[in-house]
Amino acid sequence: MDIWEWVWVFLIGGAFCAVAQIFIDLTNVTPARILVTYVVSGVILTAVGLYDPLVEFASSGATIPLTGFGYSLAKGVEKAVSENGLLGVLQGGLTGTSAGIAATVLFALLWSLIFKSKEK
Amino acid sequence: MSIIKINDIYIKECASVVGKNESEGPLGKYFDLCENDMRFGEDSWEMAESELTRRCIEMLLTKSGKKGKDVSLVTGGDLLNQCISSAFAVSENDIPYLGLYGACSTCAEGLVVGAIMAEKLQNDVISFASSHFCSAEKQFRFPLEYGGQRTPTSQSTVTGSGAFLLSKSGKIKVTEGLIGRVKDGNITDVNNMGAAMAPAAADTLMRYFVESGTKPSDFDVIATGDLGMEGHELTKQLMMTENVVMGDCFTDCGLMIYDMKKQDMHAGGSGCGCSAAVTAGHFCRLLEKGEIKNLLLVGTGALLSKTSANQGRTIPAVAHLVRLESVV
Amino acid sequence: MTKEKYVKIASERSKRSNICTNVIKAYVTGGCICLIAHGFLKLYNEVCGMDFQNARILSTVSIVFIAGLLTGLGVFDNIAKFAGAGTLVPITGFSNAVTAPAIESKSEGFVNGVGAKMFVIAGPVIVYGVTASVIYGLFYYYFGG
Repeated sequence: MDIWEWVWVFLIGGAFCAVAQIFIDLTNVTPARILVTYVVSGVILTAVGLYDPLVEFASSGATIPLTGFGYSLAKGVEKAVSENGLLGVLQGGLTGTSAGIAATVLFALLWSLIFKSKEK
Repeated sequence: MSIIKINDIYIKECASVVGKNESEGPLGKYFDLCENDMRFGEDSWEMAESELTRRCIEMLLTKSGKKGKDVSLVTGGDLLNQCISSAFAVSENDIPYLGLYGACSTCAEGLVVGAIMAEKLQNDVISFASSHFCSAEKQFRFPLEYGGQRTPTSQSTVTGSGAFLLSKSGKIKVTEGLIGRVKDGNITDVNNMGAAMAPAAADTLMRYFVESGTKPSDFDVIATGDLGMEGHELTKQLMMTENVVMGDCFTDCGLMIYDMKKQDMHAGGSGCGCSAAVTAGHFCRLLEKGEIKNLLLVGTGALLSKTSANQGRTIPAVAHLVRLESVV
Repeated sequence: MTKEKYVKIASERSKRSNICTNVIKAYVTGGCICLIAHGFLKLYNEVCGMDFQNARILSTVSIVFIAGLLTGLGVFDNIAKFAGAGTLVPITGFSNAVTAPAIESKSEGFVNGVGAKMFVIAGPVIVYGVTASVIYGLFYYYFGG
């Protein structure tokens, strides 16, 4: 097992979080804005060709942070445009992220069936 | 002249109900009822708050040996949209109801309005205020299970309710009231309510001292509702710029209800239940025993909604003052 | 005191969170979440013999599942209190932001409550993510590929 693979997963994944924490603490930016910024940044970084090498290098450390969600959106649209042309512009994003979104919705519904909000 | 003089109206009895965190605070033993179940046996947080208020009013009636029909009016409110928990709480005791919304200033507002009404009606009036941590989080912030970090200036909504029976006799006299002006300190940070409310508190205090010719040292206790650590210090600073030194008698209910060192409550407690429970459970006990002779309670309220905050508006605030005197 | 001066005094007073420790906590927790995800990826890919891309998708789904479960159990917010952006930025934050309002609005029914409010916090992520992908798609169609 290549230990460096795991080290880079940790270092890059953690770095994404640390940058967000600095923004939250220094400015009064809300968490929702951070998430939106990260997803859109992910799309942009993929578009300019920076995110592909990062995923190659840090694997889960690059795909698990929300920028990775943007990466999936962008890769999805690239694939769909190559296959379907202009229509792919609309199809690609959600196709690339379909499993993640469907799972999130399904599980959230499941948990809301089972759990009640706990007292704090 | 805007100080309202109230003739011969007294707080005859008071009741307080709080949740678990409040009962573990330094004033815990003084509250009438402490409920460990934050749901109060109900399905939703809104109804839990309603049950909290209902129990508090029921406790007040039991303690004073009154029935609902003996009382001419019940007035008060909470923090939820349309004061929904108060409406449900009073829906079964057949007393005419006047709902109030003054955000966290509702306790002082209710005491002033209730005392005026009691004087006018020449009969008993109940005034109350309540808040619940979970329903307030849900309405003003995030769902309870949402994972977020609180900033050090944020305050924690008190789960608590306080109710007062205003009557023609009693040991605590309600002598004066002063309705506050809405003040906007241009604060936009919803996690720093204390700073948003401090200008309103300072304004009301200044108006009272100037008009009545009194000074802070004339009072045993001057307590603001829920300014917390930030607002308390800022109010002192604002008063200082007017050359008024607040002194040791100046305190804040939000700083008293929790153990600020041991309990992780950041800048302190907030919510209408904060000043209501502390006044009903703690100050009224001291006044009844004559351990303090007089008290200025300044209820402070931040008048924002989630919509106005999203629209980037500043947070306007109001502070109402009520003067209570011990007549033992 | 002028309003400008007051705002200045108030914001100078308001103690900032301890950035240094917050950043370290966020770094470590965030890094660990990625490690766990990577563990799932290896498990599905190397042990179960699943195709690499599918294993990657399933590892993300697994993290979404666990984050949602911890949210339901009432543990996630406690971890997040410690971790801050460490749980917010990984897909765990997205899962929590969907699950928390879903559970909270159960008392308002499954259609108007759970169904309608599920995306009250995380909705913008989908809206602007998809929009960004469409804009990129147009660029890719006309200039790239």
